[in-house]
Amino acid sequence: MDLFDIILEPLSYDFMVRAIVTTALAAVVCAVLSCWLVLIGWSLMGDAVSHAVLPGVVLAYIVGAPFALGALVFALIAVTLIGVVRNTSRVKEDAAIGIVFSSLFALGLVLISVTPSQTDLNHIIFGNLLGVSIPDLIQVLVLGVVAFAILILKRRDLTLYAFDPTHAHAIGLSPRRLGALLLGLLALTSVVALQTVGVVLVVAMLIIPGATAYLLTDRFSRMLVIAPVISSVCSIAGIYLSYYLDTASGAMVVLTQGAVFAAVYLFSPRQGLIGTRLAKARRRKAVALAV
Amino acid sequence: MSTPAILVENVTVHYGEVLALDAASLSLDTARICGLIGMNGSGKSTLFKAIMGMIKPDAGRVLINGAPPAKARREGGIGYVPQSEDVDWQFPLSVRDVVMMGRYGHQGFTRRPSKADRAAVDLALDRVELSEFANRQIGQLSGGQKKRAFVARGIAQGATMMLLDEPFAGVDKRSEATITRLLRELASDGCTILISTHDLHALPQLCDEAVLLMRKVLMHGPPEVVLQPEHLAMAFGLDVLNRDLPVRDVPAPDAVQDVVRNEPLRNEPAQDRS
Repeated sequence: MDLFDIILEPLSYDFMVRAIVTTALAAVVCAVLSCWLVLIGWSLMGDAVSHAVLPGVVLAYIVGAPFALGALVFALIAVTLIGVVRNTSRVKEDAAIGIVFSSLFALGLVLISVTPSQTDLNHIIFGNLLGVSIPDLIQVLVLGVVAFAILILKRRDLTLYAFDPTHAHAIGLSPRRLGALLLGLLALTSVVALQTVGVVLVVAMLIIPGATAYLLTDRFSRMLVIAPVISSVCSIAGIYLSYYLDTASGAMVVLTQGAVFAAVYLFSPRQGLIGTRLAKARRRKAVALAV
Repeated sequence: MSTPAILVENVTVHYGEVLALDAASLSLDTARICGLIGMNGSGKSTLFKAIMGMIKPDAGRVLINGAPPAKARREGGIGYVPQSEDVDWQFPLSVRDVVMMGRYGHQGFTRRPSKADRAAVDLALDRVELSEFANRQIGQLSGGQKKRAFVARGIAQGATMMLLDEPFAGVDKRSEATITRLLRELASDGCTILISTHDLHALPQLCDEAVLLMRKVLMHGPPEVVLQPEHLAMAFGLDVLNRDLPVRDVPAPDAVQDVVRNEPLRNEPAQDRS
């Protein structure tokens, strides 16, 4: 079996094609969003929102509403509750986040346990990449494209918000509205990624690509290219690996992203632990040769 | 009489139980440079935020050129140079990117830079003498260059008013002189400048007037008058007394001066060092 066959064989199954398309799409949207999340320091917030949407998704399933709507509502509830607990008690933000998201996540689990047809909903928790149906794919496509378009069109405002919200305010923009926009997009993107890796692992897709790209460049505009490229390549590679190794697909996708992050962390010529030393040694050698 | 560029009238601000500003009043005319002196917690940053309209005062009002701050913000009139510690210097933006952010108010929905925007950015970079560093990541500048980059952002923005929060912290003497010259040039072009600073030595060369702040405006006048030891003692001395000296004696004027010069905000037992 040559490389060609290795790549083509899984594609002969429709479910594999759907899995790959869905994952690549979710990977791109999540990766773009992750660039802002890691720079603002909202990784924990990403974790919180992606977990807290679970009851919203379950309730939406029960009443037959779109998942995204339920997710948005609960993302909003989560963020509001976190803010209230932080601002009106002596509890610090990280604790507030932990309390709110784990409680809402638990509420989601309870709702799942009392809802008939549990199989579908359990997939939300761990993802069901290989069981993506055509309607699922369409939903991911629509939400993904909307989130992606808004992120890219408003990228300069969002970057300003991340870098210097005071200046944003001083020139007549509203940092609060920009923050709310970013949180809304976080909720939307969480729904997109739920399909692929599930609630538990969404946070990986929302943090790892941005963090990896951040170690590779000093330009935000380049991060916005590097992160989605790395993320989609990793995701597709992860699916292939899971196909041939017969492992859990969503988890394999995250594991691949984690492995690439580790490699970059060690070998990045700019920031990597070993990479910076290698680059220094090479420069020294070049200088020595020149002399 | 002309409208003051900045008018702060009896502004009171609370953070929860803490009183940050207590009926502070200040009037600053166009094209003047005003130094804001006071200890940490004296309300300098709060006053800036009130002027920019970032916090709503519990009482009193702020007018920029006779209108509410929101109007000045929309017109791009307010330039802001943040304190170093408020900036993420690892942020992956180039100097040019940061200066370009001054143009966002002039741009459309996606903030796509036009030719005019690029020209304004180049001009601003040239003016603060950072053209050759335009493509450096923002954290790879020296302390003084970093400040100039943010001043350039205000210039590119076309700000008629600049607020600088501690622009001389972590800046060497030469850069300080460069920044002082630059600010004087801007003021002579008609820009109104308000600077919070700990650097009392530089004040007379830099500022036309000085304000002594301790939750309220204790004094507002020419720098050499405000800097007189007995006046500084009003803002700095009492606190030093309460925390460090067991005897409730007013220290000799030159002792106060000394304490002030040795970074009054650290709260070390300064009298042991002299």
